[in-house]
Amino acid sequence: MEDYYSTEREFKKHHVTEVNKSVLEVLDTVMDPEIPVLSILDLGIVREVRVQDGKVDIAITPTYTGCPAMHLIEMEIRAAMAQSGLEANVKTVLSPAWTTDWMREGALEKLSQYGIAPPGRIASMQHADTATPKRIECPQCTSSNTEVISEFGSTACKALYRCLDCREPFDYFKCH
Amino acid sequence: MSIGIERVEYVLHLADNALILGQRLGEWCGHGPVLEQDIAMTNIALDYIGRARMLYQYAAGICSPESTEDQLAFMRNEWEYRNLLLVERPNGDFAHTVARQFFLEAFQMDYFKALQHSGDATLSAIAEKSIKETAYHFKWASEWVIRLGDGTEISHHRMQEAVDALWPFTGELFCEAPCESWMRKSFDCPDPAAMRSGWSARLQSVFAAAGLEIPTGNWMQEGGKTGRHTEHMGYILAEMQYMQRAYPGMEW
Ligand SMILES: [Zn+2]
Repeated sequence: MEDYYSTEREFKKHHVTEVNKSVLEVLDTVMDPEIPVLSILDLGIVREVRVQDGKVDIAITPTYTGCPAMHLIEMEIRAAMAQSGLEANVKTVLSPAWTTDWMREGALEKLSQYGIAPPGRIASMQHADTATPKRIECPQCTSSNTEVISEFGSTACKALYRCLDCREPFDYFKCH
Repeated sequence: MSIGIERVEYVLHLADNALILGQRLGEWCGHGPVLEQDIAMTNIALDYIGRARMLYQYAAGICSPESTEDQLAFMRNEWEYRNLLLVERPNGDFAHTVARQFFLEAFQMDYFKALQHSGDATLSAIAEKSIKETAYHFKWASEWVIRLGDGTEISHHRMQEAVDALWPFTGELFCEAPCESWMRKSFDCPDPAAMRSGWSARLQSVFAAAGLEIPTGNWMQEGGKTGRHTEHMGYILAEMQYMQRAYPGMEW
């Protein structure tokens, strides 16, 4: 898989600091409870991994300030590490603030297949206050003839859209 | 170590704004005019509660060894809260809720950008997180001000009525409380008065699109930032604090 952080170097390029490959593999099994096709590495919320003497320090950054999934994710990281015989200490860092641009390339494809229109890349957009691309593609039929129903959807990270061709409503993962 | 009582006050001011507005928006849960807007308001409420939590955790850490996030949120009395009077205004009809949100978000659009550059690293990080959320909230509120203002005769009338009713509570946004002035001098935190021109410009452009009139009254209510609240505050706290008062230390 092209996008997978197969090496420590690759992880460092996107994130920071010391890393251990087997720990990364375990972290890639911890899924977002709201979007179970994405791991926390797909989301890009893991900021730092340090392994020392059977203990691992992991820093994660919240997606949205009020996202109730963050607490669960912390617990699941600890549980996954415990199964690999590692004691995990998880801390939350706020700055730099998470952006959907940190999601892995492959994550966008996974979202789309799951039926959620993926966010565009903010870095490629002109102004990013609420960076909504002009055209959002329907994940069911790929039509760009879609319209927003509400900027606030079933979870903090999603907006609600409808497709004007196949008439299906769908979630759009907001640029953030 | 000197913790600076002003810094605690300042953080509580921001935290209380977020908590009380989050509580107010949460009151809409299950009562929204349509399902999508019920979801929108509770989503925004969740952003505010999340922001309040980060701020209370910070305040608890610099306040006193025995204080906790929950104790600060749930165990203080009215006069110890430092939120704006604006955020404690009742939800009223949907137009009142929209106007309250619009007035505050139009202010916060510049405020958090300025706070991000303050010398207080934690506040700067929280502000950085809040900027994007504020942009979404402001967009939501602006669109509703326009849709209702430029809608039917009744919706226009009720939107204008809400704007007029909340107008006297907008002046407090720009009054610098002693803790704000201290934080400005010590940590380069924003001067609220400096937000006025950006705020007025947003009002002008949105109200013009909505066909609404900007009220001209100069008489303003203030006091929330220093703990003098309206009678609504007691009712909010009675509902919000009931569980912690009845079962101290309880957790979900
Ligand atoms: Zn479609």
